Amino acid sequence: MLLIHCPYCDETLPEAEFAYAGEAHVARPLDPSSTSDEEWRDFLFIRSNVKGDHFERWRHAHGCGRFFNAVRDTVSDRFLTTYKAGAPRPDLTALKDAAE
Amino acid sequence: MTDFRVPGRGRVDHDRPVKFRFDGETIHGLSGDTVASALLAQGRHLMGRSFKYHRPRGPVAAGSEEPNALIGTSRGRGRFEPNTRATVQEIFPGLKATSQNKYPSLKFDIGAVNDRAYMLFSAGFYYKTFMWPRSFWDRVYEPFIRAAAGLGVSPDKVDPDHYASRNLHTDVLVVGAGPAGLAAARTAAEAGLRVTLVDENAEVGGTLLSEPQAMIGGQAAWDWVAAELAALEALGVRVMTRTTAIGYYHQNMVGLCQKLTDHLETPNPDMPRERLWRVRASQVVLAQGALEKPLVFDGNDRPGVMLAGSAQTFLNRYGVRVGDRAVVVTSHDSAWYAAFDLADAGTRIAAIVDTRVEPRPDLMAEAAARRIKVLAGHTVSGTAGRLRVKSVRVNRVSGGTVGFGRQIDCDCLLMSGGWTPSLHLFSHTKGSLKWNETQNTFLPDHVTEACQIAGAGRGLWGIGAALNDGAAMGAAAARALGREAEVGTTDVGNDRPGTGTSHTELPTDRSAARARAFVDFQNDVTAKDLRLAVREGMRSIEHVKRYTTNGMATDQGKMSNINGLNIAADALGKPAPQVGLTTFRPPYTPTTFGAFAGYHRGTHFEATRKTPIDGWAEENGAVFEPVSQWRRAWYFPRKGESMDDAVLRECRTTRESVGMFDASTLGKIEVVGPDAVEFMNRMYTNPWTKLQPGRARYGLLLGDDGFIRDDGVIGRLSDDRFHVTTTTGGAARVLNMMEDYLQTEWPDLKVWLTSTTEQWATIALNGPNARKLLEPFVEGLDISPEAFPHMAVGECTVAGIPARLFRVSFTGELGFEVNIPARHGRALWETLFAAGQAFDICTYGTETMHVLRAEKGYIIVGQDTDGTVTPQDAGIGWAIGKAKPDFVGKRALQRPDLVAEGRKQLVGLLTADGATRLEEGAQIVLDPKQPVPMKMVGHVTSSYRSVAAGRPIALALLEGGHARMGETVHIPMPHGVVAATVTGTVFHDPEGARLKL
Ligand SMILES: [Zn+2]
Repeated sequence: MLLIHCPYCDETLPEAEFAYAGEAHVARPLDPSSTSDEEWRDFLFIRSNVKGDHFERWRHAHGCGRFFNAVRDTVSDRFLTTYKAGAPRPDLTALKDAAE
Repeated sequence: MTDFRVPGRGRVDHDRPVKFRFDGETIHGLSGDTVASALLAQGRHLMGRSFKYHRPRGPVAAGSEEPNALIGTSRGRGRFEPNTRATVQEIFPGLKATSQNKYPSLKFDIGAVNDRAYMLFSAGFYYKTFMWPRSFWDRVYEPFIRAAAGLGVSPDKVDPDHYASRNLHTDVLVVGAGPAGLAAARTAAEAGLRVTLVDENAEVGGTLLSEPQAMIGGQAAWDWVAAELAALEALGVRVMTRTTAIGYYHQNMVGLCQKLTDHLETPNPDMPRERLWRVRASQVVLAQGALEKPLVFDGNDRPGVMLAGSAQTFLNRYGVRVGDRAVVVTSHDSAWYAAFDLADAGTRIAAIVDTRVEPRPDLMAEAAARRIKVLAGHTVSGTAGRLRVKSVRVNRVSGGTVGFGRQIDCDCLLMSGGWTPSLHLFSHTKGSLKWNETQNTFLPDHVTEACQIAGAGRGLWGIGAALNDGAAMGAAAARALGREAEVGTTDVGNDRPGTGTSHTELPTDRSAARARAFVDFQNDVTAKDLRLAVREGMRSIEHVKRYTTNGMATDQGKMSNINGLNIAADALGKPAPQVGLTTFRPPYTPTTFGAFAGYHRGTHFEATRKTPIDGWAEENGAVFEPVSQWRRAWYFPRKGESMDDAVLRECRTTRESVGMFDASTLGKIEVVGPDAVEFMNRMYTNPWTKLQPGRARYGLLLGDDGFIRDDGVIGRLSDDRFHVTTTTGGAARVLNMMEDYLQTEWPDLKVWLTSTTEQWATIALNGPNARKLLEPFVEGLDISPEAFPHMAVGECTVAGIPARLFRVSFTGELGFEVNIPARHGRALWETLFAAGQAFDICTYGTETMHVLRAEKGYIIVGQDTDGTVTPQDAGIGWAIGKAKPDFVGKRALQRPDLVAEGRKQLVGLLTADGATRLEEGAQIVLDPKQPVPMKMVGHVTSSYRSVAAGRPIALALLEGGHARMGETVHIPMPHGVVAATVTGTVFHDPEGARLKL
């Protein structure tokens, strides 16, 4: 069972308190009516499916209820970091250097 | 029967005899025995039959890795367990054990005919043998497979035991309490850390229990163990025996299964049988030791053929000689010591056969001193004996040539192919392994968790090496946690370190094709099977494993994986590290379902949600059905009524007078805030801006893919407050979706969402007399048709209870839904039921609710929709606010596939004969005479007998359905094709006049 750090509660807690919520940084277009069919298809269905560092959303479903973002290595299942919704993508190189 | 017990020897209590039963016979053992050691003490090796060939088998090992000696154990009614390893089950008075895979008896077994027909059961036989002819499947193959499949017999009673679950946080978890684990625990504890030490055995000591000759720091091994245990307890170390680390999960979570009662004659009934521990450790030290490898030669599975180290364990730990006349065959030094110990205890060692040409001189000297014949540079090419080995065939090997075989009589054959580090838990962490050329085995390499590996687990042989490495790793764990740690070295006398070589199959002068040289004893996989798999094209070790089933039995390949790999690599002509090891998966040893289930059984398996009115329904004879987690009243049969009778009566009463329904399970979400109306506009398809406070509207929720997610009636209580209802099963999903959009897409909106499902009890009154019944109880609100029309909402009191009252209908009749605080739900229900007697009121359940709404063509999301249905498909395009610039799902409704011709659309179906009720889920075709497979054009989603329509009615999703009104479609069923006419979805009161009463 993973331990996940909720950036709102600032606590590291068991995975059972959290729910996965898909890839992060897939913003809903501000004016959907102006998007092409292809753009809307990509927004709905096309995901990066990376092997490695994955930006993804989690919800502290059985805690504060907040959605937040995380970077998780899909190979090792290890979290590099978690951060609040709306915050920019963290710099992975700096994070990994710090972890070394 | 000869007694093979050595007086005074071992850790068993020679003064405490214990009687138990094996296959109905009384067996006399000693306190401290396992079933295996007690039977061996009587000279009995035969304990079971093998899985596939039903070959006679005895224990080949002495511990939890045992593949052969599997037994059923009974500890009283309902307490039967199959496939327990006889080498692990401790005996107690009253234990009943039985052998497995035999009929009619262990000594004479009919299934052993499989052994003669073994050519049929070669590698991949599962895939080859049962392929043809097709007609043989039902009558021949399947019954055969069912009879032959599985080990042992399943328990057939509910498990009366209970199982506990616990969490534990510890600084250092040490797995394995042999010399390395004891030393690691001591070092870490002395550094001031909280330490937990676990071992699967009944007592700590590990290999030291089998090596009493060792002198540790001047102390005899067993005295040292006792002193260490006392020291650990004094340091506050939590020591848990009979506790197996079954799995090593992410971030240093280790699962432990602690067995508490299986060894007790009269366990305290309040005590759990087992406890599952979820341990979160800051550091883990794996000190699991190593497992001995069998040698692979023809007849290596006969009862009496055993690992040399295990024979040493039976002697030194249990005081049992495994035979009178032993031959030892080995490629490793360690087996020589087993021979010496047995010789000193009175067993005649007929020969030590070493595959190596030049064994160690000191071992040769010790053998000579005991007058043991040594055959160096020799091989074993076969064994003889039916229920017990009686001789072994040995040959000289020189210059690659195998010489003439000669027979040596024996009653046991002790083998050793060297040792394999126990890497299971380490592998669970995805720690990488590295091939060690000199030891010819995999050793742990890259570590992914906060974990240290100590002792034989990383290829260090001997007690001294294990002790000192354990201390070093305990110190490493302590330092990783910021503690100072002292590491001394301990001198060990009479230590027995050794080396060896590795083999695939032992060389033989006989045809390899006829050899029955077992690699996986539990799944009856031979070396020949592995080579056949490679010849037949299996290249990956994972394919070889699945094709042959090598390593797939309950022992998870503890003894077979490395031999299997070496043989497969040889057959492939590749070095072993290039072929690689198959994955070890948890659990380390078979674990009961009970331990995993813990408290989550019976009514505690899943929460059962009950409404405030549930108790009344139960007292009044309701039949219930589960709806998501809720238990809902399904129908209320009167005496003698069938379900159909009851539902027809409930429907009729509701349409003719008044029916009362518990709608408390409806999901309810309070949407509040200055931007509440804007939020509703964006979430739901409908327009909300112009909906006045005091009015309600049917709300439709889509996903951004344009498909229907949920629906429900939504009331506006004030400018900034909406009372949203959702489907019973959808409440949590809808709230999650609303929160998602609110938090991440529109964080600027000032809106608060609160789940109020369980705050309100909801009573629905439907029928032409609904107002007459309700009106006298309502204060503070005029509910006359003029003042309170259809789709009105208001706050008032009902029978003195504060209420939110909706005028709404899911039946097509005049309807009200009274929401009151949940604690008053039952009281109001009873009040209205009593007053309703004047109108012959009926209570109705979910079935009648379903029929009444289907008669009106009201959809149920999830029944009439399946996640691919748009509002247009469902015929509710009117619920879309077309003027709104955006709402969730709006853009997708313009996607080409969602506006394409021929989409499945919701229609009504009336069977042509006017009497047949269609089956929900039945497939629809246009032409019933077309050849099979037919083209399906849709399916029936809802189907009921309808009083109002006077005939069965159905809803269906049908390709291009809206354009097929009046056409005939066909529903092929097992008993014939049913024809039906496509209609609209409203079967009753199409003008909606009854809503307006
Ligand atoms: Zn939180």
